[in-house]
Amino acid sequence: MTDSPARCPVHDWASDYDIFDPDYVRDPAPVWEELRGRCPIAHTERWGGSWLPTRYEHLQEMVKMVPALSSASPLVVPPSPEMLEILEAETEKHGETSRTPPITSDPPRHRPYRRLIMPLFSPHAVEEHIPYTRTLCNRLIDGFVAEGRADAAADYAEQITPRVIAHILGIDPARAEEFVGWVRGVLEIGLTEPEEAVRSRTAIRAFFQEMVTERRERPCGDAISMLIDSEAEGEKLTDYRILGMCSLLLIAGIDTTWSAISSSLLHFATHPADQARLRAEPDLLPTAVEELLRFYSPVTMGRIATEPVEIDGAKIGEGDRVLLNFPGANRDPEAFERADEVVLDRERNRHMAFGLGIHRCAGSNLARMEMQVALRTWFDRIGEFELEDADAVTWAGGQVRGPRRVPVRFGAA
Amino acid sequence: MRIKVDPDLCEGHNRCFALAPDLFEVDDYGLSSAVNDGVVPPGREEQARLAIDNCPEFAISVVDED
Ligand code: HEM
Ligand code: SF4
Repeated sequence: MTDSPARCPVHDWASDYDIFDPDYVRDPAPVWEELRGRCPIAHTERWGGSWLPTRYEHLQEMVKMVPALSSASPLVVPPSPEMLEILEAETEKHGETSRTPPITSDPPRHRPYRRLIMPLFSPHAVEEHIPYTRTLCNRLIDGFVAEGRADAAADYAEQITPRVIAHILGIDPARAEEFVGWVRGVLEIGLTEPEEAVRSRTAIRAFFQEMVTERRERPCGDAISMLIDSEAEGEKLTDYRILGMCSLLLIAGIDTTWSAISSSLLHFATHPADQARLRAEPDLLPTAVEELLRFYSPVTMGRIATEPVEIDGAKIGEGDRVLLNFPGANRDPEAFERADEVVLDRERNRHMAFGLGIHRCAGSNLARMEMQVALRTWFDRIGEFELEDADAVTWAGGQVRGPRRVPVRFGAA
Repeated sequence: MRIKVDPDLCEGHNRCFALAPDLFEVDDYGLSSAVNDGVVPPGREEQARLAIDNCPEFAISVVDED
């Protein structure tokens, strides 16, 4: 993008915010604080144009505005012209606009597809994957523990989540690196580099087409075979539909939880008192995980207004994009005491890191389990740890925010 | 104390179940209901209140204080 608007500095965050501004990606909280007081639903023309709510109560209201705020296009930026061309050709061929249900569906279509995947992620189903996750975490730590240093994001968090979701879907965890590349291509790099988005989307779909074809011939009782056998809206799922759902599960399962685990480890590496406290009080872990999810909420979702909507003076026009800023709502001092502090033992914590309402994260039980197992295993195996080089920390942002490089050094456990 | 989960509001965050697995049960779709017709055993009231105060959908309420 030669004349990318991101090149010019932001002068007024209320009317010209930039979700890819490097300082904003690193720490968006000061911007949200300013906006909450001055212009709680900000607007920008950048990146295709969008609205950014920052207050908890506005988010509560917006998630309920279905389908006035539609999930038809849930990314934080509009599809590029290249992508649109592909999508329109697919619509023509398959007569379908909800490509990765349930996340791209509004009622009444949303529910039947959501119900197909929910049983994969119930608290009881997720419990079954604890041993796999724990063994995986231990094996990763075996690989670097003797060195006294590691990248908590690249060598650990990033290695965990693609393997766990692959294990659940029934695809080969050994291809984790490829999966990570595709997901970054769609959700991270692809948001600002359209060719990358197209390339990765095509690769994911080709991969799942192969998996689906294989299982149509030889069903093997895994999640993909389950989808092949399922019905929704009174019909068996088409390959197109199954590919969409599988890509959603792969994509949604990787950099979200990876970001949450790396943010948590970055937090402990830079807050020795919290690190010591969790070590001394391991039972605090589940409560601490909720607080880390609140404070470092990774995920922002898009909506498209299908009719004009007015909220607190903001006149959202038909066709406008709205960014459901769950991370910003989670820092609203009207909703949380000491909102800008990590309070590890925060007992009352109605955070919305997993969204709210009908699209509430289908994988939230899995994400929590992965965070708990990853942090517990890390704390069990790794002694006191600290950031090796603060300047080496890098961040991704936009749809999913989290640190991508977190070099730490540590002693023996 | 008696509590209930409003099935129209519950979206299955399972915060309640994680905090008080003895007070709630969840189905395959993650949706929650209060066990034992919502009657909270003596001594578990504080845990019930914690579940209420952590439900992001404001779906759990007290039907009867005693
Ligand atoms: C800490 C990690 C995670 C966070 C913060 C997170 C966040 C979210 C949020 C905010 C939504 C709401 C989307 C919307 O309102 O449009 C969502 C939806 C979803 N998430 Fe997650 N997620 C995480 C991990 C996962 C995992 C591990 C999976 C497993 C595959 C997953 C699968 C999904 C699916 C399928 C949906 C769509 C649900 C629907 O539209 O009904 N997520 N997630
Ligand atoms: S915490 Fe609330 S929304 Fe979640 S399962 Fe319990 S009652 Fe339902």
